[in-house]
Amino acid sequence: MLAVAGATAVAVVLVALYVADFLAANPTPLRAAPAPRGAQLTLQTVASYGHDPHPDWVSYLARDASGAWHHTTIFKVPAHALVRVTVYQYDTATGLRNPFWSQVRGTVGSTMTVNGRTLHALPPDDASHTFAIPELGVSVPLKGVGDNAPNQCSVAPCTLAQAHTTVTFTFRTGNPGRFRWQCFVPCAAAFVFGNGGPMQSIGWMDGYVQVV
Amino acid sequence: MSDVAFDQHMPRPAAAPPWWRRLLGFNLLAAFLLGIGGWFFGHWIGTRITIGMDSQLGTDQNDVATFMGFLFAVFGWLIGLGFLNYPLARMLGRPPSLREKEEEGPGRYFRLCTDHKVVGMQYFVTILLFFLIAGLNAMFIRAELLTPKEKLWNANQYLSLVGLHGTMMLMMMSAAILGPFGNYFVPIMIGARRMAFPRLESLSFWLVPPAGLILLSAVALGGFPTGWTGYAPLANTARAGMDAYLFAFALIGLSMTIVGANMLATVLTMRAPGMTWTRLPIFVWGVICTSVLMVLAAPVLFATLSMVALDRTADTSFFLASAGGSPFLYTNLFWFFGHPEVYILALPGFGVVLEILPVFSRKPLWGYRLAVAGMLGVTLLSFMVWQHHLFVSGMNADLRPFYMLTTELISVPTGFIFLNGLGTLWRGRIRFTVPMLFAMAFFSNFLIGGLSGVFLSDVPSDVSTHGSYFVMAHFHYTIMGGLVFALFAATYYWLPKMTGLTFNETLAKIHFWGMFVFFNFTFAPLFVAGMLGMPRRVSVYSSSLQGINDFVSVSAFLLGLSMLVFLINLVYSMVFARVPAEANPWRSRGLEFQLPTPVPVRNFERTPVIESGPYEYGVPDAPPVAALGRPTVVAGGEAAP
Amino acid sequence: MESNLAPAAAPSGEPHIRRLIVIWVVLSAIGVALVVFALGPHMPPWTFSDEARDQRNINIMLAALATPVLLAVWMALLYSILAFRQGSGVAADGPPLHGGGRLEITWIVVTTLIVVALAVAGTAALFGTTKGAGGGQGPDPLAVPHGSQPPLQVQVIGQQWAWTFRYPAYGGVETTQIAIPAGRVIELHVTSLDVNHSFWAIRLAVKADAIPGTDNVAFVRPRKPGTFKIRCAELCGLWHGHMFTTGLVLTPAAFASWIRRQVVANAAATKTLPPYATHYFPEPLRRAG
Repeated sequence: MLAVAGATAVAVVLVALYVADFLAANPTPLRAAPAPRGAQLTLQTVASYGHDPHPDWVSYLARDASGAWHHTTIFKVPAHALVRVTVYQYDTATGLRNPFWSQVRGTVGSTMTVNGRTLHALPPDDASHTFAIPELGVSVPLKGVGDNAPNQCSVAPCTLAQAHTTVTFTFRTGNPGRFRWQCFVPCAAAFVFGNGGPMQSIGWMDGYVQVV
Repeated sequence: MSDVAFDQHMPRPAAAPPWWRRLLGFNLLAAFLLGIGGWFFGHWIGTRITIGMDSQLGTDQNDVATFMGFLFAVFGWLIGLGFLNYPLARMLGRPPSLREKEEEGPGRYFRLCTDHKVVGMQYFVTILLFFLIAGLNAMFIRAELLTPKEKLWNANQYLSLVGLHGTMMLMMMSAAILGPFGNYFVPIMIGARRMAFPRLESLSFWLVPPAGLILLSAVALGGFPTGWTGYAPLANTARAGMDAYLFAFALIGLSMTIVGANMLATVLTMRAPGMTWTRLPIFVWGVICTSVLMVLAAPVLFATLSMVALDRTADTSFFLASAGGSPFLYTNLFWFFGHPEVYILALPGFGVVLEILPVFSRKPLWGYRLAVAGMLGVTLLSFMVWQHHLFVSGMNADLRPFYMLTTELISVPTGFIFLNGLGTLWRGRIRFTVPMLFAMAFFSNFLIGGLSGVFLSDVPSDVSTHGSYFVMAHFHYTIMGGLVFALFAATYYWLPKMTGLTFNETLAKIHFWGMFVFFNFTFAPLFVAGMLGMPRRVSVYSSSLQGINDFVSVSAFLLGLSMLVFLINLVYSMVFARVPAEANPWRSRGLEFQLPTPVPVRNFERTPVIESGPYEYGVPDAPPVAALGRPTVVAGGEAAP
Repeated sequence: MESNLAPAAAPSGEPHIRRLIVIWVVLSAIGVALVVFALGPHMPPWTFSDEARDQRNINIMLAALATPVLLAVWMALLYSILAFRQGSGVAADGPPLHGGGRLEITWIVVTTLIVVALAVAGTAALFGTTKGAGGGQGPDPLAVPHGSQPPLQVQVIGQQWAWTFRYPAYGGVETTQIAIPAGRVIELHVTSLDVNHSFWAIRLAVKADAIPGTDNVAFVRPRKPGTFKIRCAELCGLWHGHMFTTGLVLTPAAFASWIRRQVVANAAATKTLPPYATHYFPEPLRRAG
């Protein structure tokens, strides 16, 4: 009886540790680089991450102030400030499931800059990903690179020498809080509706914006 | 049937072999090793099959490989335990035999043992273990709900916790009473020496640990986002943890079907002479009704989960509307199983409390025929109500009155059980032992749960409360306030018979009062939270609800502490104190308590002849339940010589 | 098995029962009065819309019905616990009452009648007075409220993980916020683009599941201007708990100017939207991978 009770106790502790380990795993938050009147958040989207655990998944990456790219989707930005976002878009277009998201919303002037041109909206079929913070009303479609563009990137982190589209926009933050953000393009390759895998995983196509 | 195998004298070894030698053989260790080996083998086969299959390779989660891995893991597990030995032996021409070699000693609890009492104990320990793990998940959930925003766990972790808690509880509690106490006591209560299919009985148990472990492995596969209901089409796009859920739950569906079939066959064919249907203990009636539900509903679960698995692996589109399928197909199939499932949970509870009440009121069970009618009525009606889970889903609007009627009607047979309980207590001579306390608390809790069900069955009222914490409170009151309280009543009532040891009375009473008080403090406010607009399965809620949620969370932690008290009592009483229990500590008339403790391997020396029902307290000149040639309790509170 | 009449036959039973019934009647009267008059006006889901008021009245009725039942069972339990203890030292049995007889029949008949009456009343309310009570009724609703004007159609589109709303009467414009005019019947067409969601407008007391490929119709009649919270009530994936937004009930004039502003602000997106339909199976031009 003692042996059984002891073995059971060990089993329960092991399971508790196993569950606790799952609960403790989180991508590390990245602080956006300081900029005049706010911060500068630099992101990139890659068509395939290229490393374990999911080499074929699309993903966002973020750059810290020193220029190194990190695989995280939790960003820290200052409150009551202007946050300028630059996205280097290395993925090809998938097209929006709901063309409603083809219009830019929630940014300063409701515009974005794509490779230098100011746009209010994008043709829905040109969108590769979106960056949306629904609770702050921000939604920006991100243009994809052409299917036949030379020198496409397939392993993260991608460099500026590879084919990419540059999208910039600015949004204003208010009170501190933690807000979720997500991509609205169903861009997960080979999943039904494209909405599986990376689209529903924090650290890939979903994350948090922590306004501090 | 040939009893030759029974009477063979088993040769004893001359000297006990060393411990490492005893570890060799078909047992749990072999099962683990072969199971793990099977996982790798199956995974490899799955990967080979899907070469060139974009939907599996492009997603970085090869669902085919995962399922094949689980499948071969379970094969390895069962082979390791020795379940293939008898079929192979028969195919090779060996004569039939009913029992495996049953040696004495603790080793038989870790292998295929055809003694139904061993299976009962195995079930008890396993179910308790998984109950505690699922309860721990609940503590994690309530910790997150202390704050209105997300704080401790991110969205995926929280949903996986919710899904794990719900699924593990539903999987394990479905056989929470049938498994330990049904297997242990049904043969004894009907005067038989074994179950109808002893090896199948052991199989139904040995499918449970791998199911639990596979469900836990969902955590390593990315969690699953659907909760215990597994709704497609969300299930179609979910990460690999979904495969673990599907496989584990299907395995339990299989186990439930086997248990149900075994119970029915046993009670229908193996009752002792004199055990007429009107002398059957009400607990056995509860088992019969539950078994009917299991046999008819669990296969539907298996089929439904298989269809989701096919959608995920073979690119079928059962549940994808855009490809010609329908999400309604899933919801209807699932709830066709799901509603009988909740009666699978509730009915054994009815059986247990109605079994216990007469013993501690020293009165016959009031309205025995009414109780049986109530259980049968619930069983029949439970197949006709499932669409009440779908009132606002866009189902055919014509059907809603029908399902409103049937759902309301099911409270009538349930009400019979209340009349039985109250009638048994009325003018009795009540002893407040711990099993009795739990049985009486059952009535209070199930009353609240049942009345809230009336609110939910009314379609206009359900429009606001569907999918909210009101539903959560309703089913926790009926399942936890009902079944789990009945489970503890059964534990305190029968474990002294199963183990020959008594529980510590003080700790048991602390456990009861802690559980009763904090259970009500935890779940009663949730009715209010639901009506105030808090949906289920969310970790973000309106800040005006924080007061209620904090109160509930603290109460839940204290409820968890009371479970810890039970655990301490269990370990202390069974391992350290080891105070021996009398053969009949409750002076019960039940047949199981007329046997000595420990119960002999073959239960009865000779097949008993049943002479009266087990509830004839206070009846003058009532004979004992059966003439066993031992002291048996008749009536009048004193043991007959 | 002997069949005994209820304990009323035994001399020691009568005073217990009579005492209990009196206490029960008094407590029930107090309880029902409290429920109807003290709790009633505050009973969820309050009165922001006609549907909410109807549901609130039904909840009051159900609570008033449940109170005597709750009290009866609790009192019987409590009384038994207090009055029928074994007493110390004497290990005797109680009276051999097996049940049956008038009490059983009465119980069966009374409970069945109550329950059937509830079902009938619920049906009458569902189709009659509450006109669907704000619940989703599928593509062919049976309980349709009528107002002085034709209903305003608003489509609610659930997608992972946000709500958008389309107004077919205004060129099919799609918005992220819903606004509806007070005093008019609103016909909500709830659908989904991907998985099952559920549109729950809490103060409006409207709930309709958003199922892909299905047009789930629910009706609501808001009474006065205000705001209402919307939450998703069917687990739809990662951000299910975050899928909430706020809706507006506006005066007809304010609504007219609001929708005009929305049409202008969303003009670029509206040009690219597919034509308004009761459900959509959107497939973007290119599927990834």
